Amino acid sequence: MTDAADAPVLALDEVEVRFPVAADWLGRPNRYAHAINGVTLDVRRGEILGIVGESGCGKSTLAQLLMGLLEPTGGDVRRAAASDAARANVQIVFQDPQSSLDPRLPVWRVIMEPVYVRGGGRLSSLRGRAAQLALKVGLRAEQLDRYVHEFSGGQRQRIAIARALSSDPDVIVLDEPTSALDISVQAQILNLLLDLQRAYGLTYVLISHNVSVVRHLCDRVAVMYLGQIVEVGRARDVLGDPRHPYTRLLLDSVPRLGEPFAPGVPSVNTELPSNRTLPAGCFFRDRCPMATAGCELPQRLKPLPGDEHACRCHLQTGETAGPG
Amino acid sequence: MADATMPGQARATPDAVLDVRDLCLEFPVYKGSVKALNGVSLRVGPGEIVGVVGESGSGKSVTAMAALRLLPPGGFTVTGGTLTLLGRDVLAATEKDMRAVRGRDAAMIFQEPLTALNPTKRIGAQLADVILCHQNLTKTQVRDKAVALLRDMYISDPEQILRRYPFELSGGMRQRVMIALAFSCDPRLLIADEPTTALDVTVQRQVLLLLQEKARERGTAVLFITHDMAVVSQFCDRVYVMYAGSVVEQGNTREVMARPRHPYTRGLLQGLPENAPPATVLPSIRGQVPDMAALPRGCAFRDRCDHADDACAVRPALRSLDGDAARKAACWHVLVEEPAP
Repeated sequence: MTDAADAPVLALDEVEVRFPVAADWLGRPNRYAHAINGVTLDVRRGEILGIVGESGCGKSTLAQLLMGLLEPTGGDVRRAAASDAARANVQIVFQDPQSSLDPRLPVWRVIMEPVYVRGGGRLSSLRGRAAQLALKVGLRAEQLDRYVHEFSGGQRQRIAIARALSSDPDVIVLDEPTSALDISVQAQILNLLLDLQRAYGLTYVLISHNVSVVRHLCDRVAVMYLGQIVEVGRARDVLGDPRHPYTRLLLDSVPRLGEPFAPGVPSVNTELPSNRTLPAGCFFRDRCPMATAGCELPQRLKPLPGDEHACRCHLQTGETAGPG
Repeated sequence: MADATMPGQARATPDAVLDVRDLCLEFPVYKGSVKALNGVSLRVGPGEIVGVVGESGSGKSVTAMAALRLLPPGGFTVTGGTLTLLGRDVLAATEKDMRAVRGRDAAMIFQEPLTALNPTKRIGAQLADVILCHQNLTKTQVRDKAVALLRDMYISDPEQILRRYPFELSGGMRQRVMIALAFSCDPRLLIADEPTTALDVTVQRQVLLLLQEKARERGTAVLFITHDMAVVSQFCDRVYVMYAGSVVEQGNTREVMARPRHPYTRGLLQGLPENAPPATVLPSIRGQVPDMAALPRGCAFRDRCDHADDACAVRPALRSLDGDAARKAACWHVLVEEPAP
């Protein structure tokens, strides 16, 4: 493999994002919501990277950051220059295809809009490409002149996928692609996403709160908590042998088929700390069953013994936390 | 259209908290009607936790709404069947009767607590409303009861929460307040319609455990409606699987999850990513849920089923399996014993 192929398509380096939430009498912001607090992450070509976390952990802000819709307030986002374009082309598939597709365009225009916006070709050739894409995602060519409202939820998500594919993107961000779908349709869409990824060597960033979906699709997984990555590694390591206490809590909470609850209510605090004033030490300390001395210091993402597995917990990495 | 009661089916047991029999319900629309329920039969015994699982449009929420007669008056037509709630005929009861039942004998928890709670009133006032509506208590008694209820829901600082507005609380806290509201008059039946769908998994677990503990403690029967097979298998004693407005399979939860006998149930379970090795092709059910205004003749699942043949042109009734009166499936080609998916 050459260096160029090896380089990550997208690289985040200690990225921070904060949003102003209050201002003083001169209009200068004086309070912030800290959405992303130092995320370092590579997206490699041809992989499926999963981002798991609960609401408020910064998953969607991260998606906007990857898309280039947001500029980081700290740190650096590097987009590998593709062969011709100035920056990597990133497309997105949203959770709800009902609200993310233009209701007033025929489907073939919806699909080809990213190409059109980038100044690609004559309308007649775009129409031909739309037909090819429709076939790839399992739509029929005669459906191309219909409008979005004429399709079911699963078919709409197929349109959204075709649209993301149309401009040959370097990375496709999948933001909860199946959570608005029925379970019988979810399987169809997951199969389609895997088929396309294998056939065309696509790069996906899958953002989801559904651990089962992430486990099914992803090569690597990053677990987020309060705007930080608390654990990252290969999917089978992170989800099979979780090391961070939060990852463990998350995986334990996922309902399992055919297993009734163990009796007794474990009194775990489920309240996420506010992102207005960040905790001083480990962000998970208030909820952590293992919290002890050393947790009052900021934690850093440190590698664990084993391949590519890293965790933000001094108890697991065996190193005393340092400042920063 | 609905078949007669089969031998061995549960008789009209007077002690059933909720007894729905062959209920057919439709919503009139322009030039036609949406047949939301096509012969639903289900029964909830006292203190039992019963799940209803199905996809959107399967009629699970309509069944729940119909049970408390919460559907808009005049907006629906019952075309057959009976609905008995705590010995009362819900379909014939007066609105005054129903108002006395709702909240006191049978309570409901909705999916999104932020829309179910009044955004302009403090939590304390909303709790007091419900308590005063059904019980004759003084102001201080009401307040003490509200505090006790919230404390019972493992809310550590109830006085503080009573002064808050719903938007000031987290999703899990709001749903706990909803559960407190639901239990405020010690109902005998609690209908929970997707109560944890809007919550994160760690919070969902807490809320479900709480709901289960309180229901068992007080002997409240729960009708639990969800689309999540895993949640049902953790939470419910028995389960009804619904498809296109009727029950297609029912039985002990563990049984149904381990050995689904209806092709639809099996398809749903096999299509879950947790049941397949990572990155393999998931066996999926082809096609999509049928249009409820134009259901296919015969078995509603026919067009999507791999086992369908000419027999399926006639609608199958729920039949007991293996001589077990509680284990039933509505299929001409009930799947024989196979290893768990």
